[in-house]
Amino acid sequence: MTDKPAFNQEVANLLYAAEGNPLETCIQCGSCSGTCPAANVMDHTPRRLIAMINAGMKEQVLASNTFWYCASCYHCTVRCPSGIDIAEAMYALKRYTMWKGQYQEGMIGPTFSETFVKTIVRSGRSYEPILAPTYIFSYGVREFIDEAVTATNLMLKGRIPLLPPRIKRLENFKRMISHIIPIGEAL
Amino acid sequence: MKEYAYFPGCSLEKMAISYNHSALETTYKLGVNLKEIEDWNCCGATAYFHVDELLAYTLGARNLAMAEKEGLDLVAPCSGCYKNMFFTQVHLNHDPDLKEHINAALEEDNLQFTGNTTVHHLLDLFVNEIGLEKIKETVKQPLTGLRVAPYYGCQILRPRKDHEDVENPSFFEGLLSAIGATPIDYALKMKCCGGSLLITSRPAAFSMVHNLLKNAVDNGAEVIATACPLCQINLECYQQQINREFNTHFSVPVVYFTQLVGLALGIKPKRLGLGKEFISPKKAFEAIATATG
Repeated sequence: MTDKPAFNQEVANLLYAAEGNPLETCIQCGSCSGTCPAANVMDHTPRRLIAMINAGMKEQVLASNTFWYCASCYHCTVRCPSGIDIAEAMYALKRYTMWKGQYQEGMIGPTFSETFVKTIVRSGRSYEPILAPTYIFSYGVREFIDEAVTATNLMLKGRIPLLPPRIKRLENFKRMISHIIPIGEAL
Repeated sequence: MKEYAYFPGCSLEKMAISYNHSALETTYKLGVNLKEIEDWNCCGATAYFHVDELLAYTLGARNLAMAEKEGLDLVAPCSGCYKNMFFTQVHLNHDPDLKEHINAALEEDNLQFTGNTTVHHLLDLFVNEIGLEKIKETVKQPLTGLRVAPYYGCQILRPRKDHEDVENPSFFEGLLSAIGATPIDYALKMKCCGGSLLITSRPAAFSMVHNLLKNAVDNGAEVIATACPLCQINLECYQQQINREFNTHFSVPVVYFTQLVGLALGIKPKRLGLGKEFISPKKAFEAIATATG
């Protein structure tokens, strides 16, 4: 019987930036958790999550909100004494749960990212107003109103585009993308 | 006039249009031409890397290939764009198979990535390419007495480990001193603004922004200077909501460093996009005029 790779090996080898990430060298010093500005809202701190990955607690890791609350500030990455690129491991876990559709329910991050990517694939540029519906309806009434007020103020200051921008050589761009992922008619 | 391939990025088209105006005005005055890359596309931001890394690198590679075609080094004013383009080049240069794969896709747009462009952040362009001496010589109206918090944020510094300044940078302070302002010292100058967490996890982002504002104001900041559109928006546009949430009274203007440099070079405020803020820096700027008489 062929052995499946251990869970920490899987996470350590999820494509380019995260590839060969030396997760197993973690000494549990906690520099990452002490540095992380979002650790207080995570259900497991980064240090603990790495321990869970190394212990093979796959289900618990994938169900965690930790990596979706990572803001990609890379502060942990530059401080890790073992040379683990923790922020890239968080990215790798986001992708892993996106592929498997296994992320925690109620998270805004996955839907937001998905819509963002679709916008870019279709037009080559990002456009804020298209993104709003991905999160605004999960807000409470007060946050909803706050967001509408902020958007109105931005509009009044001439800081919101009225029309979605798009690149000129869009046909070439779309063919370029279908080279990378054959998505056929989806574009 | 020295020329660079300019990658403004999506935010600078509208949301941060004053950063765009002030970047172009100030560099021109300092003898540098920022030539916008024709038909550039989104850098992938952070969201793209959540979904597909290969596609994200392809986006970056297309922009880099267009800069290469012009034979120019690339300048990005947004820290997110800068980090994405910088590391796209690093990863593609380290992995010939990846490079080949992406180059086959780029052929659809008659482009080729070789990996020989230097990627600069706009702030790096001011400090290391134009140089502080040149800036000092060109200053017409030093911002004497203006206490400015240099806010680095994240991706201008990280994750680059070859950066000598990764734990305690001072190049932003150097630039502020060169234009006559007084940079203030505060502990959180390179802590994260929350980035897109402001949308995806508001409580986390609010507490990060609150800590930053408090630390800067407690240390005497009259103005916060940023070098990234997302930092600017997070720190400025949500102050009212932060005040309500944390029972505070922040009203600190957050401007782009290029707007401060522009003022010092004697460029008219309107040409620097001033007037589009939620919190006007007018009062702080008027104090300089009085001080310098």
